[in-house]
Amino acid sequence: MIEARDIHVTLGDKVVLDGVDLAVEPGELVALVGPNGAGKSTLLGVLAGDVRPGAGEVRLTGRPLASYAAREAAQQRAVQLQQQGLAFGFRVRDVVAMGRSPWHRTMRAAADDEVVAAAMARTDVDRLAERTFPTLSGGEQARTSFARALAQETPVLLLDEPTAALDIRHQEAVLGVARAVAAEGAAVVVVLHDLSLAAAYADRICVIADGRVRAVGAPRDVLTEELLGEVYQHPVRVLDHDGTPVVVPVRAVQEARC
Amino acid sequence: MKGGLLAVLGGLLLVALVVGAGQGQMHVPPLEVLGSVLHRFGLDLGPLPTHPRAEDTLWDVRFPRVVLAALVGAALATAGAVMQGIFGNPLAEPAVVGVSSGAAVAAGSVIVFDVAVLGSWTIAVAAFLGGLAATLLVYLLSRDGGRTEVVTLVLTGIALNAMTSAALAFLMFLGDQQAREEIVFWTLGSLNGTRWAAVAVVAPLTATGIAAALVLARRLDLLALGDRAAFHVGVDVERLRLAAIVVVALLTAAAVSFCGIIAFVGLVVPHLVRMVAGPGHLLLVPASALGGAVLLTFADLWARTAIDNADLPIGMLTSLVGGPFFFWLIRRSRRTAGGWA
Repeated sequence: MIEARDIHVTLGDKVVLDGVDLAVEPGELVALVGPNGAGKSTLLGVLAGDVRPGAGEVRLTGRPLASYAAREAAQQRAVQLQQQGLAFGFRVRDVVAMGRSPWHRTMRAAADDEVVAAAMARTDVDRLAERTFPTLSGGEQARTSFARALAQETPVLLLDEPTAALDIRHQEAVLGVARAVAAEGAAVVVVLHDLSLAAAYADRICVIADGRVRAVGAPRDVLTEELLGEVYQHPVRVLDHDGTPVVVPVRAVQEARC
Repeated sequence: MKGGLLAVLGGLLLVALVVGAGQGQMHVPPLEVLGSVLHRFGLDLGPLPTHPRAEDTLWDVRFPRVVLAALVGAALATAGAVMQGIFGNPLAEPAVVGVSSGAAVAAGSVIVFDVAVLGSWTIAVAAFLGGLAATLLVYLLSRDGGRTEVVTLVLTGIALNAMTSAALAFLMFLGDQQAREEIVFWTLGSLNGTRWAAVAVVAPLTATGIAAALVLARRLDLLALGDRAAFHVGVDVERLRLAAIVVVALLTAAAVSFCGIIAFVGLVVPHLVRMVAGPGHLLLVPASALGGAVLLTFADLWARTAIDNADLPIGMLTSLVGGPFFFWLIRRSRRTAGGWA
């Protein structure tokens, strides 16, 4: 569905991505994990079409991403960014409806109102519908942006740390919805920091460090104490909780330094 | 709600035009103004002006002036709304970013060097090219990696404003007495001595600009999400910005070419409309156009009647009122976004 081949990205002197391959199939949720500055968000930007790779190619539903016009691409993939900003005081309902704009003047525009209402209900922002976006809390803004991406109804969904500003209930809810969207046939890529959350919801986990893919596969196979300890430069324990791996950092309280 | 606001503003504009045309050294009652217009269009309705010279005064002096005031107000307010949309910043305005003064320099050169190749269109075309060059320059200089950052853009606008005021000063130094007076009058901004010839140039420019702004309106909404997110929902951001820049230059040229620099209309009007009707551009653009027309028609009425036998420069009045408003906007955005948004 969406496939990156041998992606190289250099920003200034820094090699951010160094030969990354990743293919995500319909019906699959893939989590991108890795330490700060590993290149996760850059990879997501490359998949979204924001960042032109110096070498390599992204293919979206079989065609090179570079050959898509902006609107065509928007009918195939939706993106939720880490940073949500809005220049003017649009209402939540208007912001979610912006996700419908790739379908403006197409057959699918007839379903706009239904889709927007459904997206707001799924992300629990329907009771905020009349509030203006800048007055929302960070978590509410993130959920509104998630609703906007859902309203786009695309076969590919790219989410950059959608759970960063959310409480536990909404973290679980957002990833639950992402999971459900994948089950309905979409290819979903999620950048996550919480490894246990990734383990619980992802079909596959892709570990990125220093601009390279270090491991990719089922959570159980990828989340090993050796690999994570090395990649994060901090010892971790991987526990088993009802069949799902849970990652816990080793804490030496006496020696704790910030 | 949507139609309501536009209807109210349209009604206000009609009142402004009729009252504005009736006021001045010779007073013509509103009904007689209406009667005169209706008779001109072959409808025998309403009373004709009673004063023997009223008919000539209305048609030769007053009507071109109120109509031009309305057109210029509409052009400036729409230019402001579009510009704020592209830069995602409620503080952007043609005069702030340097478009107005860029247009003024080009038009000033035409005056000083006495160029008249295109007849009454010469100044307007020069103003458009000057405004376009200024906007493109600001845009290219403040662009980094294919993106425009707002702070850089506004600061570049300040630098450009400094350069253009130097160029205007140089033009005044070069020009003869008459050219000098014309340029001074211009930087102050005034509708004094408006003729139908000016209306014939400004009307099509303003109409084209507003129509183009309406076409861009839907995409300008999406741009509020930020460049990246706007691209993610299908907007070709760079192309939209270039199109919007041409629209802004066109509207600014329409305003500047005969009336000089009238600042802050593009700041105040869209802001007030947003407070009443929200930020959606499909309503913001036409409501700003109507609101700007109303505001400038009344401002011009005030400018020529506030002091007996004196025609105050209207640009001075709008800056006097708009300046404090700008301060207030800056303070407000400092509170909400650290002054950068």
